[in-house]
Amino acid sequence: MIGEIYEWLGDMENTKPLALVLFFVTFVGIVVYVYSGKKRKQRLESYKDIPFLDDDELDPTHQKKQQVNNDESTGK
Amino acid sequence: MSTNAVPVATEQYNYGIVKKFAIMAMIWALLGMLAGVYIASELAWPFLNFNIAEITFGRLRPVHTTLVIFGFGGSALFATSYYIVQRTCQARLWGGKLLPELTFWGWQLAILSGVLFYMAGYTQGREYAEFIWPIDLLITVVWVAYFAIYAMTLVKRSQPHIYVANWFFMGYILAVALLHIFNNLAVPVAWNSLESYSLFSGVQDAMTQWWYGHNAVGFFLTVSFLGMMYYFVPKQAGRPIYSYRLSIVHFWALSFLYMWVGAHHLHWTALPDWVSTLAATFSILLLLPSWGGMINGIMTLSGAWEKLRTDPIILFLITALAFYGMSTFEGPMLSLKSVNALSHYTDWTVGHVHSGALGWVAMITIGSFYHMMPRLWGTTLYSTKLVFVHFWLATIGVVLYIVALWVAGIGQGLMLRAFDEYGNLAYTFIETVSFMHIPYIVRAIGGAFFLSGMLVMSYNMYKTISGARQPASTESRAAVAAAAR
Repeated sequence: MIGEIYEWLGDMENTKPLALVLFFVTFVGIVVYVYSGKKRKQRLESYKDIPFLDDDELDPTHQKKQQVNNDESTGK
Repeated sequence: MSTNAVPVATEQYNYGIVKKFAIMAMIWALLGMLAGVYIASELAWPFLNFNIAEITFGRLRPVHTTLVIFGFGGSALFATSYYIVQRTCQARLWGGKLLPELTFWGWQLAILSGVLFYMAGYTQGREYAEFIWPIDLLITVVWVAYFAIYAMTLVKRSQPHIYVANWFFMGYILAVALLHIFNNLAVPVAWNSLESYSLFSGVQDAMTQWWYGHNAVGFFLTVSFLGMMYYFVPKQAGRPIYSYRLSIVHFWALSFLYMWVGAHHLHWTALPDWVSTLAATFSILLLLPSWGGMINGIMTLSGAWEKLRTDPIILFLITALAFYGMSTFEGPMLSLKSVNALSHYTDWTVGHVHSGALGWVAMITIGSFYHMMPRLWGTTLYSTKLVFVHFWLATIGVVLYIVALWVAGIGQGLMLRAFDEYGNLAYTFIETVSFMHIPYIVRAIGGAFFLSGMLVMSYNMYKTISGARQPASTESRAAVAAAAR
């Protein structure tokens, strides 16, 4: 039995469409998973804030402006 | 001694390795683009060969591609991926001091020795993989170390979720490992010879080369730089990515589709027709995730479009996304067999590559570097005006370049397929070369514009970094520190 399965898998004419079906079903599964469920939506969308959890600095152009404002306020 | 610098998380994160890669990326960019402008000029004015073998087009062309793709692009990817993985995982880079340093010195040695060997005439003759076999082995060692560092940093993360930018970087590291190994399977002529023969032959060899070649574009020059985009666009815009769920679908769709499209480089050859058709079909399908990702990036700015007027860094990032959209539309179009019959073996292909390489890859890197480098040194950008100057030099340069090669490529393609009333070819090959002279000059000028923009950026970065090390007045230090809070 196992031998027959190996033989069947060894034929490229079988494995090509099989691979296509497996990949396609997996991809569709991912899309369905990502876009279904209200709680999942909230959870996944909450991850978009990760880059901002580690803020210890500001935009350099903003800093420049701030520096200019400070200079102006001190009359420089 | 007080400096302009504000405190940065140097103890928490390994920023030293990021700085090194960032500086080398800038140096390779200048050298690589200079080589590009020179060989573009050689095509317009062949006397520039000066009968010196080492600087002829054939030898300098791989020097150009290697320096810009692997020197500039590769070093920029090491820098930004090491920066992003640490900041989004809130974990210091794994591997202590030694392993990241190994990736730096190994990578730089591979680039430097690679281009010196090309100029001396040693090449493997595989496009974008011209490195001779000993350098291929060195790259393999570096890449395994890179994978280990990246994967282990993800393992020891403080943040429960792995941010999507890291998925893109991980995908690129794994795919490039696969591509590099299989494309470079070769048998050296002798253990002490620098020459080797490919393990494959004939059409299989061509197939392997273009499976590698297009996936180098797909994973080394696209997926990885999307990782950069998914971090730096939100950071610079000061707002999160438009849709996190769309970014997940973007990642998986690219991963499923890209591997199949390489054969579209071999239309109308000895390759079986079904393989050609399959590649064209998957190329068309790729348009959907590519544009999905582009829209996701651009829409991040939704509600803050005025930043495009005031922030030149955002201008770079969003323009890069626009070029990403344009070149990922042009690519599937060129993969259609009927269009390819006209475009292939002409400069249209070269123009297409550069709209992606300069417009997308270089511009997203430039924008990311303007954001990242001042933060690495804990300082502010020396001049925002110079960033505007750089933006316009770069944009004019790219537009001149791609328009010139549309004219050259489409013109040459039409001339090569034109027949006279008796069914003979209407033009000789040399007539097509003569036709392309003016577009070639415009292309060289476009490249010079882009290179001059990089010079402006280098000056700006030099002043930014040296400014961070200068003694500062109490007032200016207080102002910078206040702004950084």
